[in-house]
Amino acid sequence: MSESLTFTYDVDGEDFTSAGQASVQVKKNLRRLGLSPEIIRRVSIAMYEGEINMVIHAGGGKADVVVYEDRIEIVLTDHGPGIPNVELAMKEGYSTASDSVRSLGFGAGMGLPNMKRYTDDMRIDTEVGRGTVITMTVRLDA
Amino acid sequence: MDKPEYTHSVELDVAKCTGCTTCLRHCPTEAIRIRDGHAVINSDRCIDCGECIRVCTSSAKKAMCSKMEHHMDYKWKIALPAPTLFGQFEGVEDVDVILQGLLDIGFDDVFEVAQGAEFVTEYTREYLKMDGIKKPVISSACPAIVRLIALRYPYLKDNILPILPPVEVAAVMAKERALKEHPELKPEDVGTFFISPCAAKVSYIRNGFGNYKSRVDVVISLRDVYFKLLGVLKGASAPRIGSHAGMIGIGWASSGGESSAILNDKYLAADGIENVVRVLEAIDNGQIPQLEFIELNACTGGCVGGVMTIENPFIARTRLQTVRRYMPVTQNRLYGDEKYSLGDHYCTDLPDYPPISRLSASFSESMRMMSRIQALREQLPGFDCGACGSPTCRAFAEDIVRGNIDGARKCRMLENESGIPELKEEDA
Repeated sequence: MSESLTFTYDVDGEDFTSAGQASVQVKKNLRRLGLSPEIIRRVSIAMYEGEINMVIHAGGGKADVVVYEDRIEIVLTDHGPGIPNVELAMKEGYSTASDSVRSLGFGAGMGLPNMKRYTDDMRIDTEVGRGTVITMTVRLDA
Repeated sequence: MDKPEYTHSVELDVAKCTGCTTCLRHCPTEAIRIRDGHAVINSDRCIDCGECIRVCTSSAKKAMCSKMEHHMDYKWKIALPAPTLFGQFEGVEDVDVILQGLLDIGFDDVFEVAQGAEFVTEYTREYLKMDGIKKPVISSACPAIVRLIALRYPYLKDNILPILPPVEVAAVMAKERALKEHPELKPEDVGTFFISPCAAKVSYIRNGFGNYKSRVDVVISLRDVYFKLLGVLKGASAPRIGSHAGMIGIGWASSGGESSAILNDKYLAADGIENVVRVLEAIDNGQIPQLEFIELNACTGGCVGGVMTIENPFIARTRLQTVRRYMPVTQNRLYGDEKYSLGDHYCTDLPDYPPISRLSASFSESMRMMSRIQALREQLPGFDCGACGSPTCRAFAEDIVRGNIDGARKCRMLENESGIPELKEEDA
């Protein structure tokens, strides 16, 4: 039996002030598993950025964190507008966030680039008008 | 692996404990369970913050201290009063009067912890200028915080100021001074008596930090000394002893005193264990601004809020403002080379505790335990009422998986007979 453990979080798109809560929860759980602080830090940063993106752009969504013996997979699923140009969205500093979001200090255009930077692998499946699924992997065997 | 033996000062009077769950829900490290109708403290998790003593409605929890009268065999007894002591007495605005009082109740000499604090302030200013140190630097003065960090945020250990707390600096200097001024005394004749405002400092002195052994010989409760002093302060004799500390040293008694003395405005000071935990979580989540120094005190208001004090912490703090008014800024400074000889007061030897949140040393075992905990947790109501004897439903599920439910109560909300959630085939 391939052992895995899944934590699922609903990311509330209505309440901006609660954004970032799921990454705090995931961190607590990963700590109980005794993972190294560096791994926990990478997962929680990637998760945090993804969560904020879902709140800003997609009206919320779902985050699944699946822990395997050798890796952690973070799957962020939303039913938002989708990303029309992924290559552009991956550029540091590029953002489509609204002015009101920027005034809160978000929307610096570092979300997706940071998610890529802090994980070993990132896959974006997106369809305009349907939504986005981002799958990130952090390997534990390093 | 040898587990470091840790002696706590927080003790429970089983006869008085009603098993009411108040302490259970206030313990910041989830160290308490109710078993067989009374509280049980898990010594590996307890940080001696004193919250349970503070909230207990039946006075069943106490901080155990030595009594002054049991240690009268020291030929030369030196009192080390915490600056908090000076804020306890109504109408006494002169530190010297209280210092004289300490001599009147039987001490041979007094060395103010505030003096030690002023040296620590000087060392801290120098330390902050060094290259290659980890910032923000976190104060090492509150032992409950140091233990909390070691247990729950071990990766912040390198941020802790590697300088001994004021009471240790005071104890070392007090002994040196006594032996120099009284060459007839042998080191074992000199006893240093710390007058402590809190339980955490009592535990710290008993246990030391890692391999460092405390230089304080006896810890007595500020409360005990308070009542003894009341008697002699009434007919206060004119003081024949003067304070050797200043505003900075006295300021350490309340939250913000230590950090404001560093003369660097990039600091944060938080007090009260719940607030402190919130700040540590924020540091952990990378949500704090660039800071040089962080002062954290487990007690509300700082040391003036300690469980072994008498006066309300806010009143004590106000009184200390009056006491400080005509004192010099500081009377303990380092000159020239002294600034660079941190040597004697260095303490980098923080003990390594196993992280308390970790379920098992083996990752795959932790995974299995965690999935069982999740499955059990889903069956529980999520009210976190504490009636079962565990602080939260999650903790109850974890206790079951860890096999730590001997003497626990049933979950009142569960429909099944045992009152204990059971794993289904596929989860087991």
